[in-house]
Amino acid sequence: MHATSGIPIVTMSKYSIFSLVRNALGYHENWPLAWRSPEPKAEYDVVIVGGGGHGLATAYYLAKEHGIRNVAVLEKGWLGGGNTGRNTTIIRSNYLWDESAALYEHSLKLYEGLSQELNFNIMFSQRGVLNLAHNLHDMRELSRRVNANRLNGIDSEILTPEQIKAIVPILNTSPTARYPVLGASLQRRGGTARHDAVAWGFARGADAHGVDIIQNCEVTGIRRNGARVEGVETSRGYIAAKKVGVVVAGHCSVLAGMAGFRLPIESHPLQALVSEPVKPIHHSVVMSNAVHVYVSQSDKGELVIGAGIDAYNSYAQRGSFAVVEGQIGALVELFPIFSRLRMMRQWGGIVDVCPDASPIIGKTPVENLFFNCGWGTGGFKATPGSGWVFAHTIATGEPHPLNAPFTLERFTTGFLIDEHGAAAVAH
Amino acid sequence: MLLIECPWCGPRDDQDFTYGGEAHIARPERPEKLSDEQWGDYLFMRSNPKGTHLERWVCNGCRRWFNVCRDTVTDEITAVYRMGEKPPGAIKKAGRKS
Repeated sequence: MHATSGIPIVTMSKYSIFSLVRNALGYHENWPLAWRSPEPKAEYDVVIVGGGGHGLATAYYLAKEHGIRNVAVLEKGWLGGGNTGRNTTIIRSNYLWDESAALYEHSLKLYEGLSQELNFNIMFSQRGVLNLAHNLHDMRELSRRVNANRLNGIDSEILTPEQIKAIVPILNTSPTARYPVLGASLQRRGGTARHDAVAWGFARGADAHGVDIIQNCEVTGIRRNGARVEGVETSRGYIAAKKVGVVVAGHCSVLAGMAGFRLPIESHPLQALVSEPVKPIHHSVVMSNAVHVYVSQSDKGELVIGAGIDAYNSYAQRGSFAVVEGQIGALVELFPIFSRLRMMRQWGGIVDVCPDASPIIGKTPVENLFFNCGWGTGGFKATPGSGWVFAHTIATGEPHPLNAPFTLERFTTGFLIDEHGAAAVAH
Repeated sequence: MLLIECPWCGPRDDQDFTYGGEAHIARPERPEKLSDEQWGDYLFMRSNPKGTHLERWVCNGCRRWFNVCRDTVTDEITAVYRMGEKPPGAIKKAGRKS
């Protein structure tokens, strides 16, 4: 029941108030599956490795924007079960350099229309993102970034401690606090979205355009014919592909190894945790790069708290207790009211950290093999934009102007995009 | 959380150490003779294996560096050896072509 190029098939039933009422009358027993689970075909025009948000977005835009519908997304586990379902859901675009600002702002703009675009409520909430400054250096760095943002047309402003207190009354802004709050940057258009819904919405949209989404299908090898990619070996047999796009976050070095080249990437565990649910108390997103903590409150009432990475390389989806201890220590200093909250769940994901804290999106030494990796600790905010530019790159064989600076070659030429100030710690 | 055995101070919690990244990356003798690719490879490219990883740590107690062989999935440490020494026995460095 797959589509051939040029013939759109729409099996998707539209979600609306009417479909809700109709299905309520049937005791909600007749909702159609959001996407099919087809057997893999022997060959595809494009195979996307990795069924996280970025991979599914890539498949969606390949089908929708470029008319390439003979596409498979291969996922070794379940959709969005990796970093897509493990991040702290923060979305913002206030990056320092022009290249990053353009890419992340494009993504934020796509997020602003995404629920309508996908007919799937991703629960995008532009509640505002604050980045705190605790010393004079932080303030200078923050002012520089806010000014750079404004020159790039990105909404960004500097708040005084009094203005911060008006937005976040529970924040300890006392001058005698251990981490005194001297100011903050605020991006009002920033916020959060439900990360699972982003993956599911893109999966449903891609499936409706004829993309085959194949779960429990691990890629174990990349087959080459000389300098050109031919297909992928998987746990469900060989699948031939004219083009292959790899979007596997923490495992990108492993996949690059299968194709015979190396990446400037190290994989590290990044942790997050959520508290027990409480009534609405924290209405924005507060981040502090200096003390490695960021916190928002989910619609269920849980505080969603993120940390820094463990320093050492790891592929184990768990991190050190010491990191959790450090972030909770900082959290309680900033928000004394949280001190008696109990934490409910804690987990880790493996992030692909690049030396300049910017992603690699583009061509590789192998012809028709494309990589999208190196998002490190902050890929969720870029999900739609990343898929959009990666789809363009795969469809045309050349990068879009938005991702042209984010090549693998920059580690030879030296044109790095150093975003440690905006990206290295907090997302 | 890792239990690392410093060759001089004995077993300690990983908080008593600082990680130094992949081991056995020698600084090229004549950087000016290298191509941009070779210099970029030395500076940035890493093997980042899933499994056996040879890495450097420094002990925050005695301030001395040493090498560790650790599995990046199980966190099992199979060898600790001093700077300048080769990894013991059958352990081979993964991922590097040269």
